[in-house]
Amino acid sequence: MALAQNISTVDDGLKSELGKKGIVVTTLNELYNWGRRSSIWPMQFGLACCAIEMIATACARYDIARFGAELFRASPRQSDLMIVAGTVTKKMAPNVVRLYNQMAEPKYVITMGACAIAGGPFIDGVNVLRGIDRYIPVDVHLPGCPPRPEALLYGLMELQKKIDGQTIETTEWYQKGLKREFPIPEYGPKGLIPKFNPEIWNPREEDHRRERYGQPILIGKKTKAPNLDAPPAAPRPVPAPAATAPTSPAAS
Amino acid sequence: MEKTFAVKNLSLVDNQTLEINIGPQHPSTHGVFRMNVVLDGETIVSLKPVMGYLHRNHEQIAENMSYTSSMPYTDRLDYFNSMSNNFGYALTVEKLANIDVPEKAEYIRVIMAELTRLVNHVAVIGFLLNDLGAFFTPVLYAFREREKILDIFEDISGARMMCNYFRFGGVKRDLPAGVLDTIKDVVKKFPSFLEEFEALLTKNEILCMRCQNVGVLKPELAISAGITGPMLRASGVNYDIRKIDNYSIYKRFDFKIPLGQKGDVFDRYYVRILEMRESLKILEQALKDFPTSGDIISKKMTPYLKNFRNFKPPVGEAYARVECPKGELGFYVVSDGTPQPWRYHVRAPSLINLTILEDLCIGHKVADAIIILGSVDIVLGEVDH
Repeated sequence: MALAQNISTVDDGLKSELGKKGIVVTTLNELYNWGRRSSIWPMQFGLACCAIEMIATACARYDIARFGAELFRASPRQSDLMIVAGTVTKKMAPNVVRLYNQMAEPKYVITMGACAIAGGPFIDGVNVLRGIDRYIPVDVHLPGCPPRPEALLYGLMELQKKIDGQTIETTEWYQKGLKREFPIPEYGPKGLIPKFNPEIWNPREEDHRRERYGQPILIGKKTKAPNLDAPPAAPRPVPAPAATAPTSPAAS
Repeated sequence: MEKTFAVKNLSLVDNQTLEINIGPQHPSTHGVFRMNVVLDGETIVSLKPVMGYLHRNHEQIAENMSYTSSMPYTDRLDYFNSMSNNFGYALTVEKLANIDVPEKAEYIRVIMAELTRLVNHVAVIGFLLNDLGAFFTPVLYAFREREKILDIFEDISGARMMCNYFRFGGVKRDLPAGVLDTIKDVVKKFPSFLEEFEALLTKNEILCMRCQNVGVLKPELAISAGITGPMLRASGVNYDIRKIDNYSIYKRFDFKIPLGQKGDVFDRYYVRILEMRESLKILEQALKDFPTSGDIISKKMTPYLKNFRNFKPPVGEAYARVECPKGELGFYVVSDGTPQPWRYHVRAPSLINLTILEDLCIGHKVADAIIILGSVDIVLGEVDH
């Protein structure tokens, strides 16, 4: 015999009627989440270009303080939200995971910009991690290169919506035996070891990239250096006289 | 066994040096820069910079794509002043392929480069004061002005930060209607902001005490280390590529090169303020002489705007440089006649200006190292290009 769940709901109409008389009716959950989502403290942690837009968001014009997230903390111990703003390189990725492990629960992650999501324009670089979500769980992805400050505010609002949907009974960090220490990758001879955290991320089984984005332009290896000393067939461009300075402290 | 233990302890007491690690996640390292500092008490004995936390294979990527395709990547080198980076790269390829630039495009380029200088210097001074302990209030003032200029960039190129506006032989598109008036307005109001900024800061006792005689850079060391930009000029060396190379149309404008006397942090701060005033002079003159009609891109390069993979410069090499707000930004490109460059190299001013950090910091307190780093004005995208 199934018992009905003990959920007390308050009718919205009744709520507003009571509100007019100065009586606030709410649930503990709503009150708790209201407090949590209105005081998200992000970590002051910029990686690359997107960090400048993050700073611009904190400044007077966009003013992230309207959403209660203006208090950028330099220490991971004091922060609730990690905005991964910029390219995560393979040298930096262990530090990012370590910082995430050091943050106190509850903690959230926003990846800001294409680089943090999937490598972005630098995906071809050998040293660039193709997305920080291989190692840590991400709540909100913000595409853009870099995303505008409005986009960051929108991402923060989406995160607030997510926080509103969580309940005290089911949240992870109140459960017994929660282990949210993510293994820190090491820098090996061929990139990071392990390549991803299989508990969080797995490579796609089917690769649709070729159908969706078309055949990649194949460049081919160039092995022969151009002979700059040989007399050229076409007339060589005459270097402008302004290009070389007589007393240059830093020559090329 | 006990004896060795005692000796070991004694040596610790004698030396009393402490090795600490600043960064890569640190609010004052301007990104992901790391310093291994050895301290004696609070005085710095040695400082070892560790770079490479933002190495994004910029040069390798640029060698694997067409010439125009790496223009957006130059934006991301020094992400404060994308227009200047575009300028340097465009100049190099124009020299390589012998392309002329129409006059109107030259004017647009100069206006954009000087606006970028304002953006950069304003932000740098904000961050320098941030490092001094005036947390975030100067940045608020600085970014207020920066946003006004970024609005102009957005009107012109469609992007706030990563403009990608320059093309070989000109610029991507014409100025939209009304932008010139906006620029004139910004240029007109900027001096009042500078006066406000200076009234708050320049004669401030705390700023003077913290900055004067700290991190003195001798001109001999600056020249031998290849330091360029405001850092070199703060040491009293008259070296500005706008004057020396006379690239683009800088010859037509009347402006001065502000020089420092001592080469300390305060001089570096003040040279930047004065440079902004000189930039405003250039902007005023450029806006006054701005040609009303004309091409924005040379006829030779118009077909390559869309089919840029067809653009094949002749075999050869070229090096061109611009006076980026951080220093001499040079690009070296070798062409082998194919659509991709054979070699592509960036002479990044941030990286070279950073090499003397240890010389500046030794003997100072650890808190001074932070402001010295702030006054060097690095951007990690360019340091680890």
